[in-house]
Amino acid sequence: MARRNDTIALIDYRAGNLTSVRKGFAAIGEQLYTPASPADLEGAEAIVVPGVGHFNATASLDDEWRTAIKKEVFGGTPLLGICLGLQWLFEGSDEAPELAGLGLLKGQCFRLPSSVKVPHVGWNSLEIAHPAGLLDGIPDGTQVYFTHSYAAPVTADCLAGTSHGATFAAAVQGGSTGVICGVQFHPEKSGEAGLRILRNFIGLM
Amino acid sequence: MLSKRIIACLDVRDGAVVKGINFEGLRKAGDPAELAARYNTEGIDELVILDVTATIEGRRALAATIREVSSRLFIPLAVGGGIRTEADAAAVVDAGADKVSINSAALADPTLVTRLADRYGSQAVVVAIDAKREGDRFEVYARSGQQAAGRDAVEWAQAAEARGAGEILLTSIDRDGTRAGFDCPLTAAVSSAVSIPVIASGGAGTFDHFLDVFTGGRADAALAASVFHYSEHAVSELKQFLHARGVPMRL
Repeated sequence: MARRNDTIALIDYRAGNLTSVRKGFAAIGEQLYTPASPADLEGAEAIVVPGVGHFNATASLDDEWRTAIKKEVFGGTPLLGICLGLQWLFEGSDEAPELAGLGLLKGQCFRLPSSVKVPHVGWNSLEIAHPAGLLDGIPDGTQVYFTHSYAAPVTADCLAGTSHGATFAAAVQGGSTGVICGVQFHPEKSGEAGLRILRNFIGLM
Repeated sequence: MLSKRIIACLDVRDGAVVKGINFEGLRKAGDPAELAARYNTEGIDELVILDVTATIEGRRALAATIREVSSRLFIPLAVGGGIRTEADAAAVVDAGADKVSINSAALADPTLVTRLADRYGSQAVVVAIDAKREGDRFEVYARSGQQAAGRDAVEWAQAAEARGAGEILLTSIDRDGTRAGFDCPLTAAVSSAVSIPVIASGGAGTFDHFLDVFTGGRADAALAASVFHYSEHAVSELKQFLHARGVPMRL
């Protein structure tokens, strides 16, 4: 049976503009809906958590949202965190130590070292450890577009790292369901490679 | 390693690119969306649309241009020119711009930088600085280079960073349009004084000029307009040239 065309939830917690993310998914034929409340997440076939800016912005995703997102994710629904959305999937961030992350992935996000220019803005290469799933068909060394000051650690869930002063997690896929995904870069701003990664994510549904 | 960025600027008036373009096979000379798609194929890292319109009708055409360009282009898109208020910025962001570039309005009211950074994130806020050499310092000019702002370029760049700017777009008034090369001392002075990326602009004429500004000028990105418009493969050839000389590039 054909999938309904608006079953991918895009969480809008007022951390930046979502126009580009919508356009990226539209380019691969996917429309996203924005749940007005946590209850609207029920039945979502995939969840996208975007976001730019300070880790404090994730405080808008209160316990009700966290419970609803976890319920869907633990039921096997693929989740994609983008930029700040990826960092939120971890246990927390040095940017806002008093605030807990969603904790679906192990590790604490850290500030990139001051030995290099921070924020890390521009195109940098993926050092791919596991060229599968989210990164299917993406050659090692592919360049993607970043803009961030904090980053997630390289752990067992890391598909690819990127180096800027330190090596950090550029793309992750794992967690308890195997389809908890995140990218530190912006796939919607990373040309054809970025769109391929969005398609790969849809392929996990 | 983080690549240095090559950015193409499209000067747009009433929905059309105004500087001369002689690419073969363009359906309509000056069509921003078509030119943007062409640059994207060539490997441009980012695009800036600079609106040189002065009329209300022109501003509406700009939103349509941004929508058309951003629906086909999946690289960062910055828009500048005439953005004076949060509402102006919202209009271009809602149309699909990833970054807004502000210049005179930021000088007149620096809190605009912070308000936009709070609303969209610092990564979306580019402060454009037009600077002119005056003795051993660089004076900032507002209103398209017409009015001295009474501020030093290095000091203003630092202040803009502190206010929440995510990048500095630095144009040398002395070099703009001359094709005599970027102002490397100006670019190096600003780039060394801030942590945020600095985009060098003004004076691009040859491939060596780009090499100079990425090495001696310490630029994180370099922007040009007509140097790319006049040749079919300038962007990819430039990137190959810089890569061969050790400048990290996205190829």
